[in-house]
Amino acid sequence: MSRSVVCASDPSLPLSSPHAAANAPTKALEINGLYKVYSGGLKALQGINMEVLDGGFRALLGPNGAGKSTTIGIMTSLVRKSAGRVRIYGIDIDHEHSRAKSLIGVAPQEINFSQFETSWEIVGNQAGFYGLPRDRARRNAERCLRAVGLWERRRVRSRKLSGGMKRRLLIARAMVHEPRMLILDEPTAGVDVELRRSLWELLRRVNAQGITILLTTHNLEEAENLCSHATIIDQGRIIEDTSMKQLLARRQMEIFILDLQHPLEHPPRLPDFQSELLDPHTLRVSVKRSRGVNPLFEVLSERGIRVSSMRNQANRLEELFLSLLGGNHQHADVPQHAGAPPTPAA
Amino acid sequence: MSPREQWLSFCTLLRKEVVRFCRIWPQTMFPPVISISLYFIILGELIGSRIGLISGFHYQEYIAPGLIMMAVINSAYGNVASSFFGAKFQNHIEEMLVSSMPTWIILAGYLGGGVIRAVMTAIIVTGVAMFFTDLQIYHPGIIIGVVLSSAVMFSAAGLINGIFANKFDDISIIPTFLLTPLTYLGGVFFSIDMLHEPWHSIALANPILYIINSMRYGMLGVSDFAAVWTFLIIGVFLVIFLGLTLWLMERGTGLRT
Repeated sequence: MSRSVVCASDPSLPLSSPHAAANAPTKALEINGLYKVYSGGLKALQGINMEVLDGGFRALLGPNGAGKSTTIGIMTSLVRKSAGRVRIYGIDIDHEHSRAKSLIGVAPQEINFSQFETSWEIVGNQAGFYGLPRDRARRNAERCLRAVGLWERRRVRSRKLSGGMKRRLLIARAMVHEPRMLILDEPTAGVDVELRRSLWELLRRVNAQGITILLTTHNLEEAENLCSHATIIDQGRIIEDTSMKQLLARRQMEIFILDLQHPLEHPPRLPDFQSELLDPHTLRVSVKRSRGVNPLFEVLSERGIRVSSMRNQANRLEELFLSLLGGNHQHADVPQHAGAPPTPAA
Repeated sequence: MSPREQWLSFCTLLRKEVVRFCRIWPQTMFPPVISISLYFIILGELIGSRIGLISGFHYQEYIAPGLIMMAVINSAYGNVASSFFGAKFQNHIEEMLVSSMPTWIILAGYLGGGVIRAVMTAIIVTGVAMFFTDLQIYHPGIIIGVVLSSAVMFSAAGLINGIFANKFDDISIIPTFLLTPLTYLGGVFFSIDMLHEPWHSIALANPILYIINSMRYGMLGVSDFAAVWTFLIIGVFLVIFLGLTLWLMERGTGLRT
């Protein structure tokens, strides 16, 4: 099977063999009992376990300070772990870290390239750091810069690029050495809507070609649209790890915003529905998923309320995410510090 | 990584380093030209003419090897300290840390950059010196050996400074308060025989004294010490500095949390 990545020119990296694939799916990432206690005593990770299958598209979600970036930092050797094991395609990062690192490409949250170098230099040098020959490095750099729409700006110093362009440059740099797994930490932060959609398209194409993607994002619409699986991490523990489909199926309520044709002076009484009049022309209604929306429209018709349009109040995953975190914070509201013995992951 | 891949990654980092200091040549290559010209004009022409001969050479000839070595030492140290700290400050050191490059290649790449800049500086300031005095080459092997080994040694020292530096001030403290005084007291402008006790004995503890004397031996054929002492001292410092640098980088000091 060819593994020609969007930006890659040489299909030299093998996928798992057909025989292996028939027996058991290859694990792109295995994390077992990972702990990180920073020197100040902060317990950033408290024994997390996680697996990502080859070719998967996994979201790693969580609030700020949950431990997402620490997890990525350990995988990429920028953070030293306190305990636990990390394997990339079966290769232990402690034993063969150079080989393990050659399989992953990282686009970090913070801009971390030289402000004085051009996009061409940044992407080309990165390929060289992985030991790619110069001509292949140049070919890959060109393809990656074209893939993210920066080819025309390749001679521009990176400090003169816009925020969105810098984000795209990070992605191009992460892909240039033809990794088998991409780790993207907030790849679309600060990117406008149009560009975000085009980056989503790019990531879908990359994933469709067999590249495993681990994505952290605060944009839950992005996670819902792109990822097949989600891992939710909070206070250094994994609180949810399942397929996106199963996760979304757990939602109990759907919230709709109704734009009314005629203004209302008082909130209408809608039995079996929770409603709130946001303004005379806008009504917010919570509907149990099990009931559907037809009964709502029947009740509205009975009261002579005409609806001109209707939309979801918020992203579906966002509601679920907040409810999961809410539950977790009720039980564990105290900041975690060293001193107490570590507990196994949830 | 295969040896070929390691070689390619080393060449990439070396090229990146050379491009970096060439891109900012007014800051990197030009200042030594100005300073060495001033030394020759003020010390060599104006004051030197009143001093007379030292060890049988005109003062301008006598100070030329020391001035060249001073430029080599400052360039090697300053290049690696500022480049490495700059990469840390802008976080683009992470480009290398997340890659499959072994630590020793990162170390070799930075040291290589420092050595190339030091050698280029040596060539330029030698050219400038030739405007002011007739330079001789008494022992080219000694000259090449001293320049290269000193460049590696002070590049490694600069890298240690860069590893520990947390702000830009930190990379100017050592050159200002340690390197420059040691260089000035290392016999650039005088023979150690001109010093009285206790300064004569104190000066013997200065490694730069031996380096400058060996350079003077390579160019003029005169020295206060045998060149073997210089290479012995540089060898000891090289082992210490390179070992320490590699250990610090493997540990991730100042690089990994």
